[in-house]
Amino acid sequence: MKYADIVHRCFRCGYCKFTGDYTDFNCPAYRKFRFETYSPGGRMWLIRGWLNGEIKNSERFQEILFSCATCANCVEHCVFTFSEDLVNIFIAAREELVAEGLIPPQVRDYLKAIHVNGNPYKLPAAERGKWAAETPVEPYRDQEYLFYVGCVGSYDERAVKMARAVGTLLMKAGLSIGILGEKETCDGNEVRAMGESGLFEQLAEQNIRTFHDMGVKKIITLDPHAYNAFKNDYPPLGGEFEVFHYTQILAPVIGGRRILLKECPLTVTYHDPCYLGRHNKEYEAPRSILKAIPGLELTEMERNSENAFCCGGGGGNFFTDILGKGEESPARLRVREALDTGAGVIAVACPQCAKMLEDAVKSEGLEDRLKVMDIAEIVTGCLS
Amino acid sequence: MTDIVQSLARIVGDAYVSDRPEEAYFYARDPGLMPPHKPDCVVVPKSVEEIQEIVRLAAREKIPVVPMGAGLALTGLVIPLRGGIVIDMKRMNRILKVDEMARHAIVEGGTSQGYLKAYLEKHHPRLRHSIPDSPATATIAANVMIHGQGRLTQQYGFNSDMICGLEVVLASGEVCRIGSGALSPDWFSKGPPLPDLTGLFLGWFGATGIITKIGVKLYPRKKMRDVEIFITDRDSLVPGMVYELTHTEMVEDINIFAQPKPMIFKDNHHITLFYTGDTEEEMEFKRKTIWHSLDRFIRSKDGGFMGVPPAMKSTLLDMPQRSVSRFADVKKGGGFEYSGPIIMVDKYPACARKILELAEKYDLGYSGMARIIGRSHAMMYGFAFTFNRADPDMMERTRQALHEVSVFALEAGGVFWKGTADEQKMAMQKMDPATRGLMGMIKKQMDPHGIMNPGNWEVTEV
Ligand SMILES: Cc1cc2nc3c(=O)[nH]c(=O)nc-3n(C[C@H](O)[C@H](O)[C@H](O)COP(=O)(O)OP(=O)(O)OC[C@H]3O[C@@H](n4cnc5c(N)ncnc54)[C@H](O)[C@@H]3O)c2cc1C
Ligand code: SF4
Ligand code: SF4
Repeated sequence: MKYADIVHRCFRCGYCKFTGDYTDFNCPAYRKFRFETYSPGGRMWLIRGWLNGEIKNSERFQEILFSCATCANCVEHCVFTFSEDLVNIFIAAREELVAEGLIPPQVRDYLKAIHVNGNPYKLPAAERGKWAAETPVEPYRDQEYLFYVGCVGSYDERAVKMARAVGTLLMKAGLSIGILGEKETCDGNEVRAMGESGLFEQLAEQNIRTFHDMGVKKIITLDPHAYNAFKNDYPPLGGEFEVFHYTQILAPVIGGRRILLKECPLTVTYHDPCYLGRHNKEYEAPRSILKAIPGLELTEMERNSENAFCCGGGGGNFFTDILGKGEESPARLRVREALDTGAGVIAVACPQCAKMLEDAVKSEGLEDRLKVMDIAEIVTGCLS
Repeated sequence: MTDIVQSLARIVGDAYVSDRPEEAYFYARDPGLMPPHKPDCVVVPKSVEEIQEIVRLAAREKIPVVPMGAGLALTGLVIPLRGGIVIDMKRMNRILKVDEMARHAIVEGGTSQGYLKAYLEKHHPRLRHSIPDSPATATIAANVMIHGQGRLTQQYGFNSDMICGLEVVLASGEVCRIGSGALSPDWFSKGPPLPDLTGLFLGWFGATGIITKIGVKLYPRKKMRDVEIFITDRDSLVPGMVYELTHTEMVEDINIFAQPKPMIFKDNHHITLFYTGDTEEEMEFKRKTIWHSLDRFIRSKDGGFMGVPPAMKSTLLDMPQRSVSRFADVKKGGGFEYSGPIIMVDKYPACARKILELAEKYDLGYSGMARIIGRSHAMMYGFAFTFNRADPDMMERTRQALHEVSVFALEAGGVFWKGTADEQKMAMQKMDPATRGLMGMIKKQMDPHGIMNPGNWEVTEV
């Protein structure tokens, strides 16, 4: 296994479970399951035990490995020099399981669907661009930016609304954007995170080819997960593009008052997506948009920025739901934390977070008190 | 065991009990050097009532229960030596009360040091507790259970001296309050003026009861905190220096470290002094008083204050001090263990020489770390060795070095702190027989079926 020479170095001291200031346990899997085995250190020790033949690949072992949301809280807070590699180590262990073919059925189904359909929803590629029908967004020809929407934004009912809001707003801001529609395929971020590196490379190479063929130089992504893949994992495979998350494009537009906004007396708390925040250190762009809206009050949750608590959707958990269920699910805990701020709106910048948190608001019975809105949806509601 | 697992599932819920190999593997071990021993199952309860039920079940079935905090004592105290049920306490982590004026907090038995620190900083910024340098997940109850020491130990003694009450589940499953809380709603004293019953539990490593709530005394948190380091290469002078420093009553915490790396540290003893104040004037006054207390050593050229670079300062002022954990990776091997006898301060030179001798003999990376307890009343001298977990030979050498430390510490008049099961036996062998007998009587009465963390403080085995 890659990184096999590192796993024994975990001291199981547990700094990685916490936020940097110790306000709470911040590993979503540990927070939900509460056995040490589900913490980052627990995973390190179990992986070592498994490599040494002291424990076997079982359903439980698979659940432990695949419940990691790859949220990188451990990377941020482990005090040792190998901290940077923690998520990579967990992914490497998943790769071994995938290679053995011994993985949870939900993971197998996800990977199969991507392999066969190019998306986890098993829907035809022809339907990918459907969301854009009632928007001014057009297919990509030679526009300045490719607007890459991704599987969730293309097919998920909640996320489609977000794609529409972002696409329309980018157009309104006068940006030259186009979408790939049926030519778009999965970015592969979750495929990689779930340990199917072969399939990831296939997807990445296919995307890179398409982007090159179409003359794409600059990409705006809806989804921080795609942003992460394009920015960090595509370049070694020959895919060098200028990549932006849509909040990074909108921030100067709104800050420069290129779009006029009316007074919007909302109290909003912002939930950092792990793949925008901890993985790519972008904490400011989304906040600066919110702060630029007149009358909007931004109130932070106790755990924010590099200490933000993951919604539990990362690392494929959005699709497999290993972390999702029950009162102690990370999304429900996060919604309760948002409620404590007194905000009426949870602002998100990721289609996966949008869906996870909206479902959690419903499960908590808080529909009357909390609304989950994407940043573009908020801005759209405040257009003068 | 499946029947027991089912019964436990009825108590804590399916999700919070496991007899699966993964949990058995993990909870069979701690980060130290003791050999693993698997539990039959692990539970993660949420309430006192659940713990009572678990203990009643264990008593009925005569199976061991082993309470566990973060498992960071390193000396095998949470390894279930006879199997049974490991109770991971960390789901019971609520802060139940902070009394700002009476300066105390009541927390549940699995509350971590880090969580209390963060909570106080946010809600009661003028209060603090005596935080140890163990990783922040370490629990307050367990630290008190093993008579830990923290950042206020030089002023107020062991962390267990800084408590104001306990709630304990006994081996019978009954729950019982210790201290003023036994008859008053107010937890202001752990014992006095009543008979102090905390001694029936503290230091016993869970072998007489499980702490479910603990009252922790809080102390003023000043606005400023700083650190100075006095360096000397003469170990024999360290006790005298500590005597002068403690005489000032201006220092909050005194740690002394001696280690070979980085190179500039080699052969020196670094007396690290932490002090606090609310104003610059107060800080300046304390700083000067501290400096002058060591004038004679400076005049005789036996030591001096070093300029502490900003990066080092922030490392030292960190609470808990994360860099202490990093010692585990000096050999890129994720392991360290220390034997930390509580011993007289005048034994500092002997301890400092012993660790050098052992490090050389066994070819090990080391760090000598002492913390002064009270006004030079005693110290914890940590003989810390770092080892590579992937190198069985180095692990064995570390074990041997630590065993030699145990023999040395006992001969030098020290007492083991958080002793391994073997050290406990060594201690009991050396102990006054009447005292040992008394311990035996207490243990027998408190735990008639021998189900509470068995293998620890088993007097009958002597
Ligand atoms: C890097 C490092 C630095 C350290 N620095 C310090 C330091 O500065 N000061 C210090 O004092 N210690 C220090 N330690 C030692 C130790 O980690 C701490 O004392 C720590 O507080 C132990 O807490 P824990 O929750 O990990 O205890 P555990 O190891 O989980 O438990 C210790 C003992 O308490 C028992 N126990 C646990 N919970 C309960 C309960 N609720 N009721 C009854 N019994 C219980 C267990 O059975 C066990 O016998 C350090 C350790 C490390 C690794
Ligand atoms: S991953 Fe890092 S912080 Fe976490 S337990 Fe291991 S060594 Fe400690
Ligand atoms: S990446 Fe997140 S979920 Fe995974 S082990 Fe680290 S902290 Fe836990």
